[in-house]
Amino acid sequence: MSEPFQKFRDWIDNRHEYAKEWKATRNRRIAGYFCTYVPEEILIAANVLPVRILGSHEPPTVTEPYVFAMFCHLCRDSLAQGLKGRFDYLDGIVEGQSCLHLRQAYNAWRLHIPIDYAFYIHVPHGVQTRHALPYYTEELRKFKRSLGEWTGRKITERDLARGINVMNRNRDLMHKIYEYRKPNNPKLTGLEAMEMVLSSQMVDKEDHNGALEELLKTLPSREMDRNPGVRLMIIGCEDDDRIFMKNVENLGATFVIDEHCTGSRYFWNLVDSSIQDRLVAIADRYISRIPCPSKDWPELTRIKQAVNLAQTYNVQGALVIQNKFCDPHGIEVPPLREELKAVGVPTYPLEFDVTVPWGQFRTRVEAFLETLTGLEELF
Amino acid sequence: MTNPVKKYPTEPLKCWNEAKSLRTQYYENYLHAHKNGGLRWAGGAWSFSSVPAGLGDDVHSVTGEPYGATIAFHKDFASECHDAVEAAGFPRTLCAYMRNYWGAILLDKFILADGRVIPGYPTPDFIWQDHICCSHGKWYEIVKWLEKKKGKEIPMFCTDVSVGYSLTPPEKFRVDYIVNQLQDGILWLEKVTGRTYNDQLLCDAVWNEMKSTSLWAEVCALNQVIPTPIDEKTMYSLYVIGTLMKHRPECAAFYEKLRDEVQNRVDRGIAAIPHERFRVITDTQPPWGFLKIFRAMENYGVVSLGSLYSFGLIGMWEYQPDGKWIPKPLPSSKPATREEALRAIVEWTLNRPEWAHFYRPELKTQMMKSIVQQWKANAVLLHYNRGCEGLSVHIAENRLGLLKDGIQVFSFEGNMGDEREFDYPGTMARVTAFFESMGLEKLSTEGGP
Ligand code: SF4
Ligand code: SF4
Ligand code: SF4
Repeated sequence: MSEPFQKFRDWIDNRHEYAKEWKATRNRRIAGYFCTYVPEEILIAANVLPVRILGSHEPPTVTEPYVFAMFCHLCRDSLAQGLKGRFDYLDGIVEGQSCLHLRQAYNAWRLHIPIDYAFYIHVPHGVQTRHALPYYTEELRKFKRSLGEWTGRKITERDLARGINVMNRNRDLMHKIYEYRKPNNPKLTGLEAMEMVLSSQMVDKEDHNGALEELLKTLPSREMDRNPGVRLMIIGCEDDDRIFMKNVENLGATFVIDEHCTGSRYFWNLVDSSIQDRLVAIADRYISRIPCPSKDWPELTRIKQAVNLAQTYNVQGALVIQNKFCDPHGIEVPPLREELKAVGVPTYPLEFDVTVPWGQFRTRVEAFLETLTGLEELF
Repeated sequence: MTNPVKKYPTEPLKCWNEAKSLRTQYYENYLHAHKNGGLRWAGGAWSFSSVPAGLGDDVHSVTGEPYGATIAFHKDFASECHDAVEAAGFPRTLCAYMRNYWGAILLDKFILADGRVIPGYPTPDFIWQDHICCSHGKWYEIVKWLEKKKGKEIPMFCTDVSVGYSLTPPEKFRVDYIVNQLQDGILWLEKVTGRTYNDQLLCDAVWNEMKSTSLWAEVCALNQVIPTPIDEKTMYSLYVIGTLMKHRPECAAFYEKLRDEVQNRVDRGIAAIPHERFRVITDTQPPWGFLKIFRAMENYGVVSLGSLYSFGLIGMWEYQPDGKWIPKPLPSSKPATREEALRAIVEWTLNRPEWAHFYRPELKTQMMKSIVQQWKANAVLLHYNRGCEGLSVHIAENRLGLLKDGIQVFSFEGNMGDEREFDYPGTMARVTAFFESMGLEKLSTEGGP
């Protein structure tokens, strides 16, 4: 059978070429964003292509003058891509308030890399307060106005509806594909799922939707010629380490679900299209989405979602990824592990840096997998 | 033979002991609040402490950062706290104050201002926090979680203040967002404590807080003279009163008395250190277990006269049209209603200088340059503080901004609350080399080079 996920892999591997070609053929602007709290709907409405800025997993030494090395590798590695000129096709950058780390990458980019447009959206942190919605709607109004001024084209209600529709379609299709992770022998691996979601953050959503629709035609009949092994979950911050995913899955396991913002947390919630005022609807989506831990207080609600996913996808164990220096996720590690343990899901924590020391991790992951299969009791 | 360095008269601060007893009393009040039918709350030093004040005069708090710093100062206890937190599975890279604080809960111990560690963590009746740094809300979310494991439910309210920073008055919708949360917060306080809220007490507390924070800035402004009347190490013991109880009348009264005493020192030419000849400012919290670094600097005739941190964490400032950075004057009248009081304190708080850098590094750099110029500083010592991501965010940009303006910068790495991450001998060797590169030699005991 042909490789149904190859398209997504190619998009990731050639993301910059894709973006340059997109820009040349459509003669439109591209804006880079750092965190998934940026409402892509509004960028799409403005005919601007949103692309997520991510790292390349090379040691980001070029960032040293601009970011203190105690900040997470994602923020340093992302900035390094800009400093090395790999995103030289970007016309603008946008950041939606999340953690302090990414804010630093945004500001350093704004200050040191030539760019035509930079906008910081003060996405509320208090997403559990009822006052976040009117506040955020007003903030989005400002963003919309600013984008209109930048592109020289007023964003209409129809434009917003188009942005919402294409984003919701993308989310809905990815939900459908995630369903195929539930069977005993899932129809896709964790790596493939990651590549699907990651690529959706890099290419035109219309193109991505087309590929997802094609995939949905063939996926039900896909025969997997691998033993799925242990059903695993991966939980953590932004995680695009494909090599790690592949290596773990080669040890006799399959990631059947994830809880991170390059996975389910990115697309899980849809914009409620029954809300009349489209800006309110968009604001509502980002406030009521599965929160990033950076916004998840005073109640730990994301952990409930992680537990729910673990149960729904029938996982046997979970790897909890902590990006070194990340406070929002690091703070939640013990309660998260405890809640999963309470529903019978053992966890294993791993600290990620810009490069993953697979040699060490391999032994630890293997040992964890053995505890899940009961193999260790044989010795 | 080189000329001896000029010697200025020095003398101890008269109100030193009062600061000490205010601090001691503060922790005692919290500890014994229940004995007298009072209430205890926990939250950060930046939380809107004037709001719970409307519940009555017998409501006492422990603010998290000064408490974390107190633990850090007592290194043995700090080390026990770190071990407990790591054993509970938390990463050691998290905010050091927060880890100290959680450690005390896990150990079920409480540290008093004088370093005495007593058994039993005095659980708060409620948590009243605000959130601008990634760790603020989550710090207390975990306090709640840890206490729940001991069978105690602590209600928590956290106000989101992350609406950005501007040198001009904030936009109304941003102020409204915070005021509306605080309005809900008052109803919540009534619900969780069963008390009736007193708006007059709120108005008084808001006014006290505005006075305290403006007065502290006035104290700091007096350090512009040469010789500087108080040094930063001394200021740490004084600004802390604001971080504990900025809304209390005794805080405003103390800062008024302090301002007058420091003015008197200026009038009489009393210096903080006898051989001042090189003035520096610092940045972010110091490594609390190693304040002897300041004494070592004195051996070179170097005085640290403050920082944006010690001036602006609690002190309120504003720019005048001529570009001068001055203590923020009080509004023309005291608020008289709940709405007025909340709006006044929100607008006032959004001006806090130590919040600027969370959003735009250029703003902090500008404020640091103003301090360098107006306070006649010769150099800036930047503490790349691994213990606090909130105050270290954008610090590398601040360094670049200062260097661009030709300001001498010395940067060093450390941790305000975890001594494992501060190399004292190594840092001292580098900092003395820096002073020597500035043409300073170690002073002899007589004050000569
Ligand atoms: S983990 Fe949170 S802050 Fe980090 S990129 Fe994802 S959504 Fe943004
Ligand atoms: S949430 Fe954590 S890992 Fe993600 S960008 Fe922020 S600090 Fe980095
Ligand atoms: S990291 Fe710094 S600013 Fe943030 S909570 Fe800790 S001490 Fe406060």
